[in-house]
Amino acid sequence: MSDIADRVKKIVVEHLGVEEDKVTENASFIDDLGADSLDTVELVMAFEEEFGIEIPDDAAETIQTFGDAVKFISQAS
Amino acid sequence: MFDLSGKCALVTGASGGIGGAIAKALHGAGATVGLSGTRVDPLEALAAELGDRAFVLPCDLSDPEAVNALPKQAIDAMGSLDILVNNAGITRDQIFMRMSDDEWQSVLDVNLTSAMRLCRGVMRPMMKSRWGRIINISSIVGATGNPGQANYAAAKAGLIGMTKSIAYEVASRGITANAVAPGFIATAMTDKLTDDQKAKINAQIPAARMGTPEEIAAAVLYLASPEAGYVTGATLHVNGGMAML
Repeated sequence: MSDIADRVKKIVVEHLGVEEDKVTENASFIDDLGADSLDTVELVMAFEEEFGIEIPDDAAETIQTFGDAVKFISQAS
Repeated sequence: MFDLSGKCALVTGASGGIGGAIAKALHGAGATVGLSGTRVDPLEALAAELGDRAFVLPCDLSDPEAVNALPKQAIDAMGSLDILVNNAGITRDQIFMRMSDDEWQSVLDVNLTSAMRLCRGVMRPMMKSRWGRIINISSIVGATGNPGQANYAAAKAGLIGMTKSIAYEVASRGITANAVAPGFIATAMTDKLTDDQKAKINAQIPAARMGTPEEIAAAVLYLASPEAGYVTGATLHVNGGMAML
């Protein structure tokens, strides 16, 4: 697994308090990992900080799953 | 009693009577204060009076870009932003039949929309620090209405609805959002009233007098304090009993 995916997974595990093996490619933050809408905003804020990137609101809305996040950040950074 | 040491507060309309009293009260409890307003001279004078921990942050609240930039300016100046007091307000009174679109819109822009923009701007830093206090200064007329003030009353009622919605959304993050609704408060504005007008107003107030800016500031200080952490979505009416809501 790529370095980016590892770092994203660490943030998700810490922030949502979920088991690492639950954070799979297609795991939806809201439907599978128990996030509420504010959690998703905070995850995006944490990604921005960790990777030193800006994630605009319209892009943030498309990040629904762990895989979406890794893909977006890989392209942005 | 209330200790705000280490907290940073942004107060809009700090050049006015109520805003100035709020800034003084928060500062007196140990907070660093950012004084915002359009008139720089009174802001500078207030900052000089307060001494340390006071910063002047001029802003025209009818300019969306300036408003959106204000939270960041406040953080750059003070180091963080923990308490937001949306106090600034304007009036453009007119009987409703004659109210122009411009009279309506300008009051809504400054009194409601700018407050929305500032609340939105402080969400991110407050969410990150898991602590925040938003205090929106509404008015008794937002609850009771007032002839000649359909625009002002709509904006002030709007603030209460917005405050409650924000309170719902961010309560789990340690952020509270509350409103303070002053009644008649003695300021430069009410000094212009004649004795006869003042007597008529006082006759409608069970306390039989106008309130002071310090009495509004005390309500704001309470809501800003750590002790008020379980109070959110509330509207604190400070009106001498004029409307018991």
